[in-house]
Amino acid sequence: MTDDPNPNQKKTPENTHPTETTGHEWDGIREYNNPLPRWWVWCFLITVVWGIGYVIYYPAIPLLHGSTPGTSGWNQYDQLDRSLAAAKALHGPLDEKIAALEPEKILSDPSLRTFAIQGGKAAFANNCAQCHTSSGGGGKGYPNLLDDEWMWGGKIEDIVQTIRHGIRSSGDEDTHSSAMTAFGKEGLLTKDQILDVIQHVRVISGNAEPSDASARGQTLFTQNCAACHGESGQGSHEVGAPPLNNDIWLYGGSEDTLYKTIYGGRGGVMPHWAGRLDDVTIKKLAIYVHSLSGGEKSAPHPAP
Amino acid sequence: MTESMKTDAEEPAGSGILSLFAKRVKIYPARVMGRYRRLKGLLLVLMLGIYYFVPFMRWNRGPYLPDQAVLVDIPGRKFYFFFFEIWPQEVFIFTGLLLLGAFALFFVTSIVGRVWCGFACPQTVWTDLYLFVERIIEGDRNSRIRLDKAPLNFQKAWRKLLKHTIWILIALCTGGAWVLYFTDAPSLINDLIHLRFSFASTFWIVALTLSTYTLAGFAREQVCTYMCPYARFQGAMYDENTLLVTYDEKRGEPRGKSKTPETGDCVDCLRCVAVCPVGIDIRKGQQYQCINCGLCVDACNDIMSKLSRPTGLIRYDTLTHVTTGREAAGFFDIFNFRRPRPLIYGTIISLVGLVLLYTLTMGRTMLDINVIRERSPMYIKLSDGTVRNVYTIHVVNKSHTLNAYALSTQGQNHASISISEFTAAGGESIKVSVRPDQVGTFRMFVDVPKSSIQPGSTPISFRIEGAAATDIYESVFVAPKE
Repeated sequence: MTDDPNPNQKKTPENTHPTETTGHEWDGIREYNNPLPRWWVWCFLITVVWGIGYVIYYPAIPLLHGSTPGTSGWNQYDQLDRSLAAAKALHGPLDEKIAALEPEKILSDPSLRTFAIQGGKAAFANNCAQCHTSSGGGGKGYPNLLDDEWMWGGKIEDIVQTIRHGIRSSGDEDTHSSAMTAFGKEGLLTKDQILDVIQHVRVISGNAEPSDASARGQTLFTQNCAACHGESGQGSHEVGAPPLNNDIWLYGGSEDTLYKTIYGGRGGVMPHWAGRLDDVTIKKLAIYVHSLSGGEKSAPHPAP
Repeated sequence: MTESMKTDAEEPAGSGILSLFAKRVKIYPARVMGRYRRLKGLLLVLMLGIYYFVPFMRWNRGPYLPDQAVLVDIPGRKFYFFFFEIWPQEVFIFTGLLLLGAFALFFVTSIVGRVWCGFACPQTVWTDLYLFVERIIEGDRNSRIRLDKAPLNFQKAWRKLLKHTIWILIALCTGGAWVLYFTDAPSLINDLIHLRFSFASTFWIVALTLSTYTLAGFAREQVCTYMCPYARFQGAMYDENTLLVTYDEKRGEPRGKSKTPETGDCVDCLRCVAVCPVGIDIRKGQQYQCINCGLCVDACNDIMSKLSRPTGLIRYDTLTHVTTGREAAGFFDIFNFRRPRPLIYGTIISLVGLVLLYTLTMGRTMLDINVIRERSPMYIKLSDGTVRNVYTIHVVNKSHTLNAYALSTQGQNHASISISEFTAAGGESIKVSVRPDQVGTFRMFVDVPKSSIQPGSTPISFRIEGAAATDIYESVFVAPKE
């Protein structure tokens, strides 16, 4: 076995290997026939038969509209409905509690609070994250829900009201409808006057030192802006006027941006969710949004 | 040579039709007595004994916790093994154990070949047990071949029926015992006796019963030759100093029945082939099917003793010894460790073992804190100029009691921390409690007032302190760059 009978003989499949070749030859290369175990082939054939049965039993072949239904009638929509029904049955009793209880009562029950926050988090990701971002951090024109500034109020009841009726949302009579006047466009303030007001706003927000321009601006501010934004720029929940005496900006605090804001006015829109989301979901959303920053703790910031 | 030993090469060639598929040639391993057969039997009893006994061992861990010594608690995501537990966070310990297992296999294989396959592998052990049953009921090799060829009669029917019944009973115990590792063993047995079947346990008992029955009863050596990946790559751990079942060609060849000066010691009795559980002829040299079980060694020694010739014509030996004809001298010449492969594998085993030992003894704490900083947005500016960062804090309580912990931060001047309505100055702590064997999750605000803000990213550390343990997590606090 170890002694090759003829060491000089050319090694070919026939004289080095006891197995026959398949008879195939490509440019002198021949293939050994190492037969597969027959049971292996049977297993392969069984999977083919299984595959055919699968195609008949389940929806499988794509058609122009939908697919072949399969004899089982199974489809993913039914499966989703069943899962949703199961989830609803599981959540039902907790949802009823949330609907019935005052927000403070919900917050004081740790398991109910966790349930509400988790439910709100899921609803937020589906409905709110598109504008407010998934973390609630917002962006230009879309309020940051993580800070402590609340334009329309930061108590759970206020948040419920805002979500339910939206802001300047057409088709809802109870929506927050007030908007900021376009002072420049409507000719209420000249360009120079707007620039003076900007200087005053930058002083009360702590971004500039008082100057002659800001002193002139203060007078204009009292005449034109204080009705909504307050004498010291503390803002007002009633008309959704944001506080101007801090460094939190919805559209931006640079001079250019402030000019655009005062010249053209502002009036962002948030849709009303009543009718699209049920009351329990809205309540859970409000509790979640409230938890993001801890809600509103005190009255709008006092004058510096 | 009997028909069962025929291989494809020996079938008449030139029939014109080429078969790409081969029918399995059934192997009828004959009974053999000897040193390695006894060792194999001993290991079979020992290992099956351990397998069936361990689920019933108890280990007291205190109230509300399982008292089963070895338990994989899938719903609870825990693995209990005597004195220690593994949590999902510690899954790297499993990685370590798997590494240890793999390199132990490599190490052993590089020294004594595939003895794992031949003596310890569950596939081998159960096949051996099934063969034992088969041999008692149907007789040894020749009567089994005869019985299979015989037409169906009463004699054949009851023997086959009895054999398969016992096989299925063994399989049932095997599958059942496996399930016992995943649930409380006595209560599951109690449930089964009272015919209370849960879906999960019934499913696994049935599945494992069927697979044991199929693999040990029918597939047998095909698992090793066609399915098992380890079987093939263990060949890569061999070298010329690995102890393998070897036929001494110099002494045995040319083989022949009659004793003349030219013939070697092999009398071509084919006992070595008849007893082989994988159906090979060891005299053809090393083959990938060989599981190094040594049954042919026993068979050949038996024949050699009867013929009053020296034993060891087939023996465990290394290629070096067989080719040079040098006798092995001493333990370290038989088991040769001073080679690159065993040294490398041994080093890796020691390193992994030491790391595991440290992790399981000194390195494992009963309390862990993990902190994830929320990075969207990077920071939050509040109306009075305070900068807030939000952190999600996981407190892992691995003890079996409800514990209160003090959670505090260090590294940021004048910081205040709050978790829902509870607030404290940064140096001071907030009390949190975590239930036994649970992970508590807390969302913490860290507020640094405008006057104390350091621009950019600065270090902050979170400290959790319990009665018995303390853990610290280093993170960063991010503020605007200017």
